[in-house]
Amino acid sequence: MGKAKVKSGPLARRPDNSAFKQQRLPAWSPMLTANTVLPFFYFMAAICMLLGVWLLLTVQSTQEMKLDYTEAGSCNLCYQKRQNASNAAQSCTCKVMFSIQKAFKGDVFFYYGLKNFHQNLRRYMDSRDDGQMVGRKRNLKNPSSYCQPFDKDQTGVPIAPCGAVANSIFNDSFTLSYHQPGSSPVRIPLLRRGITWYTDENIKFRNPKTENLTLAEVFKDTAPPLYWQKPVYELDPDNPTNNGFINEDLIIWMREAAFPNFKKLYGVLNRADEVFAKGLPAGNYTIDINYNFPVQYFRGRKEVVLTTLTWFGGQNHFLPVAYLVTSSLILLLAVVLTVIWWKFGKAGKNMQE
Amino acid sequence: MARDSEDPEMTKASKVKRQRKKKTKDNKTRTVHANILYDYSKGEENPNRHYANNKIKTTKYTVLSFLPKNLFEQFHRFANVYFVFIALLNFVPVVNAFQPELALAPVVFILSVTAIKDLWEDYRRHRSDKEINHMDCLVYSRVERRYVEKYWKEVRVGDFIRLRCNEILPADVLLLSSSDPDRLCHIETATLDGETNLKQRQVVRSFFDLDCDFDPLKYNGVIECEKPNNDLNRFRGYILHRSGRRDALYKENLLLRGCTIRNTEEAVGIVIYAGHETKAMLNNNGPRYKRSKLERQMNVDVFWCVIILLVMCLFAAVGHGLWMFQYGDKRPVFDVLSPEGTDLSPIMSAIYLFLTMIIVFQVLIPISLFVSIEIVKICQVYFIHQDMELYDEETDSHLQCRALNITEDLGQMQYIFSDKTGTLTENKMVFRRCTVAGVEYSHDANARRLAMYQEMDSEEEECTSHGGTLPRRDSVTSHQSARVVLRSQSTKSHRRTGSRAEAKRASILSKHTAFSSPMEKDITPDPQLLDKVNECSSQMDFMRFHSQPMSQLPSDLSDIIDFFIALTICNTVVVSSPNQPRHKVRMRFELKSPVKTIEDFIKRFTPSRLTSGSNNSSSSSLITNRSSNKGCSSMLSSPSAESTLTKLDEERQHGSLPHAFGPVPPYGYDRNAWNLEEGELRYEAESPDEAALVYAAKAYKCSLVGRLPDQVTVELPHLGKLSFELLHTLGFDSTRKRMSVVVRHPLTDQITVYTKGADSVIMDLIKPPDTGNSKGKRQKKIVNRTQNYLNLYAADGLRTLCIAKKILSKEQYACWLQHHLEAETAIQGREGLLFESALRLETNLQLLGATGIEDRLQDGVPETIASLRKAGLQIWVLTGDKQETAVNIAYACKLLDPEEEILTLNADSQEACALLLEESLHYIQAKFLCSSADQTAKAFHGHFAPFDIYPSSSPSSSSHAAPFMVHRLGLVIDGRTLAYALDKSLEDKFLAVARSCRSVLCCRSTPLQKSMVVKLVRNKLKVMTLAIGDGANDVSMIQVADVGVGISGQEGMQAVMASDFALPRFRYLQKLLLVHGHWCYSRLANMILYFFYKNAMFVALIFWYQFYCGFSGSAMIDQWYLIFFNLMFSAFPQLITGTLDKDVSAETLQQLPQLYVNGQNSEEYKPYMFWMNMIDAFYQSLICFFIPYFAYADSDVDLFTWGTPITTLALFTILVHLGIETKTWTWMNWLSIAFSIALFFTVALCYNASCPTCYSPSNPYWTMQRLLQDPLFYLLCVITPVAALLPRYFYRACQGTLFPSPVQVGRQLDKLPAETRRNILSLSRVKVGSPLSPKPPFLSLNKPSPKGCNKKDQRSFPSSKTSQGPVSQTDNQSRRSPLGPTDSEKGLSDIYTLVPSEIDTLPYTKDAPPLSEEPQPPSTKDSECPDKTLETSNLSLSSWITSTPLHTQTDSVQLNLPHNGDSQCVKYTRNSEERLQSDHTVHPAQRTEQVAEQSLHTTL
Repeated sequence: MGKAKVKSGPLARRPDNSAFKQQRLPAWSPMLTANTVLPFFYFMAAICMLLGVWLLLTVQSTQEMKLDYTEAGSCNLCYQKRQNASNAAQSCTCKVMFSIQKAFKGDVFFYYGLKNFHQNLRRYMDSRDDGQMVGRKRNLKNPSSYCQPFDKDQTGVPIAPCGAVANSIFNDSFTLSYHQPGSSPVRIPLLRRGITWYTDENIKFRNPKTENLTLAEVFKDTAPPLYWQKPVYELDPDNPTNNGFINEDLIIWMREAAFPNFKKLYGVLNRADEVFAKGLPAGNYTIDINYNFPVQYFRGRKEVVLTTLTWFGGQNHFLPVAYLVTSSLILLLAVVLTVIWWKFGKAGKNMQE
Repeated sequence: MARDSEDPEMTKASKVKRQRKKKTKDNKTRTVHANILYDYSKGEENPNRHYANNKIKTTKYTVLSFLPKNLFEQFHRFANVYFVFIALLNFVPVVNAFQPELALAPVVFILSVTAIKDLWEDYRRHRSDKEINHMDCLVYSRVERRYVEKYWKEVRVGDFIRLRCNEILPADVLLLSSSDPDRLCHIETATLDGETNLKQRQVVRSFFDLDCDFDPLKYNGVIECEKPNNDLNRFRGYILHRSGRRDALYKENLLLRGCTIRNTEEAVGIVIYAGHETKAMLNNNGPRYKRSKLERQMNVDVFWCVIILLVMCLFAAVGHGLWMFQYGDKRPVFDVLSPEGTDLSPIMSAIYLFLTMIIVFQVLIPISLFVSIEIVKICQVYFIHQDMELYDEETDSHLQCRALNITEDLGQMQYIFSDKTGTLTENKMVFRRCTVAGVEYSHDANARRLAMYQEMDSEEEECTSHGGTLPRRDSVTSHQSARVVLRSQSTKSHRRTGSRAEAKRASILSKHTAFSSPMEKDITPDPQLLDKVNECSSQMDFMRFHSQPMSQLPSDLSDIIDFFIALTICNTVVVSSPNQPRHKVRMRFELKSPVKTIEDFIKRFTPSRLTSGSNNSSSSSLITNRSSNKGCSSMLSSPSAESTLTKLDEERQHGSLPHAFGPVPPYGYDRNAWNLEEGELRYEAESPDEAALVYAAKAYKCSLVGRLPDQVTVELPHLGKLSFELLHTLGFDSTRKRMSVVVRHPLTDQITVYTKGADSVIMDLIKPPDTGNSKGKRQKKIVNRTQNYLNLYAADGLRTLCIAKKILSKEQYACWLQHHLEAETAIQGREGLLFESALRLETNLQLLGATGIEDRLQDGVPETIASLRKAGLQIWVLTGDKQETAVNIAYACKLLDPEEEILTLNADSQEACALLLEESLHYIQAKFLCSSADQTAKAFHGHFAPFDIYPSSSPSSSSHAAPFMVHRLGLVIDGRTLAYALDKSLEDKFLAVARSCRSVLCCRSTPLQKSMVVKLVRNKLKVMTLAIGDGANDVSMIQVADVGVGISGQEGMQAVMASDFALPRFRYLQKLLLVHGHWCYSRLANMILYFFYKNAMFVALIFWYQFYCGFSGSAMIDQWYLIFFNLMFSAFPQLITGTLDKDVSAETLQQLPQLYVNGQNSEEYKPYMFWMNMIDAFYQSLICFFIPYFAYADSDVDLFTWGTPITTLALFTILVHLGIETKTWTWMNWLSIAFSIALFFTVALCYNASCPTCYSPSNPYWTMQRLLQDPLFYLLCVITPVAALLPRYFYRACQGTLFPSPVQVGRQLDKLPAETRRNILSLSRVKVGSPLSPKPPFLSLNKPSPKGCNKKDQRSFPSSKTSQGPVSQTDNQSRRSPLGPTDSEKGLSDIYTLVPSEIDTLPYTKDAPPLSEEPQPPSTKDSECPDKTLETSNLSLSSWITSTPLHTQTDSVQLNLPHNGDSQCVKYTRNSEERLQSDHTVHPAQRTEQVAEQSLHTTL
């Protein structure tokens, strides 16, 4: 510190008279008393109030439709069927009908939702191999130990994609139809691509280098996850580029949800069609469900969610309410403080003078 | 006395040793052979080979051992083990929570930071070791037959080394030869004990007579001595010559490592102890480790954190078990099986989870807290070091913090134990006034001069001081050189100067003498006395010319000249010349009769008794034993005594005094030697008193010009230089409390004894005046008058010394000398015999006069004491001084207040003491019953009455059995009574009395008692104690206290070495405690609390999440954030705040000492505060968790996209929380917060962008980048911190308005414009200062405190209101506040009208009133002392007159026990005046109770 300086003379050890060393740095020392904090209180109350009102209005404009199809309608049968694991190979389809009273304006997002499904369990979350997912050949053949026990099948063939997360992929599929009054049901076009994070699709998830091989050949020496019916390279029969690790459903599933009740994006309404150019019109709808995913084991529920979004997310009234409540709390406290200041603070000030 | 008896034992031991050679190490002695006798090449034959060589190595590590040893040491700290354990847990697959390598990061970081610090320190030690090891010295080489230069490290035990002047001793060396004709060697021991005066060391007896140079080749002795030990003041052994002769060795023969040779051209010695076995090194203990109160409290809370952690883990484990259990046998898809593919039972998973949770929640135990605290403390120490106001220009020294880890204790002190001399006072003894032959010379000019110095001191603040600064600076520089050799290990805090060059410079610089500042030297003589001295000496000169006997001189004049001669020679001052400082002025006077052997003397002088019983061998053993007399003074005196006796013998035969008179002073000498300006002579005194007296005498032209072992030369006006033959010196000791010299007066040729000593002792030894003749009457008058003046001096706080003389006839002297020699040579009980011998000589003295030496109070002492006391500190003064002086100094420094009653406890037996204490307690209870009842009523909300601090407002002191009020009482207790009071049976009572008193003064206390008192108070009252002292006698007390403060004054470094803090001045204690202590405490307390809060808040976030993830131990906060959050993201702002935050400015803290109470009561960090903070932390974490939770609930958010905002919010909340708690914002605070946030985002962005696969298992790729595009994130960032901190902010605002703590009021004061503040402060100071209102009615804080019951009605204090809530109370105060001052002013005027009248009537010659009422203390049981000669009148005089005269007789408490302890009488006498109507009221303007005490030592 000051030792580098070699001072001499009788006052050699005299400390430097600098503001820092003498602890005299210019400082702002706010006093937390009623009269000093009052402006801040009122200011914050106003800000929060404004924000809250604005957010509330924004949220009011959104629309959301939730449909629990676990045992709804004809799905009841499928539900029973899935209760028995031995029927896993058999397919089951069912149909659920619903109606929309008020048209959904703008982009409509189609989610599937799961309740009571803990994607956030520590060991479940760790049970994946990101190295495999970015397409490393080495990991493809030798999945990381994190995947255990879902790294190899009984015969020792490496599983791709390995791990519990991929293994438990949500494998129901949906077809949404709109019953236009007086005409046959129109299948609602859903965009199933481009619904993931850009970085996921392009960086985090890559297929192993194909080098003129087909995807099937690349994955030749691997086994599909235990619960999968199809291998990873045949996940999307419609779109060959949507197969392998870059399958968007897989990518979305691999992004583990934070809560046991969650929803995941299934598709976005394609508004290219003139019927749906403005969103979803009011009316009756049906969903044809390829019912595969069993939820009985964990007492879970399945649902589909149709919603429009605001600039700050889905239809969630919590945030505006939180703003409004906070603002009113602040206001209340501000009033209390004002009273306090009126009765005592002023007097204290007088006393100081 | 033990020495002789142990000698034979040692021989026995050595014999035993020879029998079992192998087991030398078990032996209690060490045998040193000269290396010269053995061939160097055959090392294994060298008997000294087992002893440590002189190479010192203070490093802890070697290159190889560093890592294991350092780690081993670090793992002694429990926290480190804990964190390593947790990090290792991560390597267990079933329980791991984080990437194992990452989990190691914080522990490795912390360990490596500490290791690097240790390495650096060790390297510096290594370097300075190397420098020291490579210093040169001269070692005799057998091969070359001469002294050759060798490095210090090559010196070995048994080597002969030659030392030259100003060289530093490389090892402990037995002095075998010295170039000094007196066979002395002077050393400066400043490096060891800081004493700058020279010590004399003597050549070993058997080498004493060697006239030629010492030849190592002829040396053939074997030295047997003690094993190495650390007692600097002890060395015992003997040297066995080949002839079989044994010579004892004493500490006077040993030169210690680290000392510097002075005044001696050359000395040769043999190395006895080397390297680490030297006494200096053995004394050099490592740095002291103390744990501060705050840290103890913190550790308790860390323990609580552990409990909370375990509870949380247990909760999670149970939760997980239940969660698993609910699924039964049907395992859900998301339940991952164990790697083996088997199911884990719920119980097993719960157990595993418990361990996992410990890892996840590890942050709750603040890993960085310990490191942060250390960093903050180092910064605090740095700032304390840098404080200009703690820098003393005069000594160019500033405060040293020697203990690094107890800075915050400074802010929590409750009791201060202070030494007096040198601590409160300057230890600059200044001759102030004197009385000679019953005439007082008031030395008014001198007083004015001293007053001028006082003023100058204050003016000198700005300008560079000079002159007086020099001697002090030397002592400092030589202390630096001390470190070269002493190798103190506590190197962190204070400057180290390892370079040899600097050591040399230091030794060259040390030219100046202790106790010789201009203030001490330049004494303005009293003109009247000066005239008399001149007249006297001119008459003597005249008489000498005319060969008239001196007895014709008028007795008062002869008294005066005797007085000054006594002042000049009755001491052990050594004279040195200025040109060669530290070179003794050396003039050998040829003694008239050469020294003859003692055998010769015995033959001639003692006829039958001695010789008949003793043969030659016994007499030769007498010779050796004689030198073992204590102190070198007696050793010096011995040879001269021999010669004197022989001379006496001769002279008796001649019957004439041929040399007594002559035109030139006797004993022809070389006049040229005296060419030196006499004014330039320097006096090397052992004690400041001696120096003061010598300088005083010099002012009267009676100057000491030379001192040799056998003569003292004095220059007198007109008479020129007179040489007094020094026959004997009876050194000062604390039992006799006097010293005497026996000289032959050159003018009268009489053998004269000059005695100087404490008045209480000397007065008893005065020859009872023979009232028959005029001379006797005169003597009696002188005694009485002198006693009066002595009392007057004592009342002025002067140190009094009486000077007496006695003329011995030659026969008497011969007779005494014979006995004395017998005593000196006695083998059994020599000390006792010597004591008796001294007693025989020092009787029937003739009183010459008395001196009053002022030990000036240090600057600012009264102010400091006053403000420390206002700060709620109890100040006890423990001094070795006598009661009167101590009491008066206590008055002078405002420790005792004239307004106070003084309880004086003097008892001489256990029972008496018990009774006294009992009575005092009753008295206190009776007297203060009413007021204390009153006070307890008020104590409900009375935080700020300075006098009821402890009972009312500290829960920490609630352990006390009963609330004790501190009354306006002073307690004075003497050492003897203290010894009784400290007995197990009485200590509780003593404490009960003492703690009721505002100030306690323990006089005549020994160092041990001092430490016992401190220990007692500390252990029994459970309070924080600070001991401050400057001398070796304070060391024990300094070590015992919680905080030891040493004054680096003139008395040396021993106290400083033992202390935790070293101050240059007492007054700096004020700023050290009130400002730095307060700051350190409040900063650290707040930081620790904040740390707990921060960790709890952060961990709780994860805990809440467990409810949503099946208690599986997963964390939404990425492992990186989790691990580095504490270490990096939130670390800097708290460090800055912990280092720089100032709750109140330094000025206000000093002007309002009441704010210190804050720390005393631990108000910043109370146990409940920890829990409040925990609750707040849990609340905030709830907010920080659930607002994002609900905001994202039911959405498609993934774990880290949700967890990262939470981390961010937590960071914001934590920083804003810190912002609320930060009192002052400097740019560094802003910067640190900005830096923290920037660092977090930078790290997050880089981390999230760097690699999509590297941080398996978590994969937060691009999360932060996405978040920054998400409006929701910003919306959360606004609402969450606001909602989380709302309660705390609101609470702070309310508290600041409704019930501001005094600290907050202090801050409000800071905010006011400077002028307004000054007005308020001065107002409050006036009020504070007024004795009536101990509680200053200052701002809204204070309510007028009840001082007494009768005051209540005057004040119209509405007692009904006092029980109302705080709100209305504030109201009260606000309305009452204009009333307050008038009240106190009323009281003030009340007092001030009374006080002057008292002062007017202050009678120094007070006598009658208390005496008449008091039964004469029966002096029935006289001591065995044969010459108990005091008349009864004298007795009463001496016993009464010593009581403090500063009070009137309005109201007196006489706690009085006659010393025989049979008829204790305790009497409360009240001369009631009209204003004391009722018995139980205490008038506010209570006079000091007069305590008429029987001073026991005077009657013994």
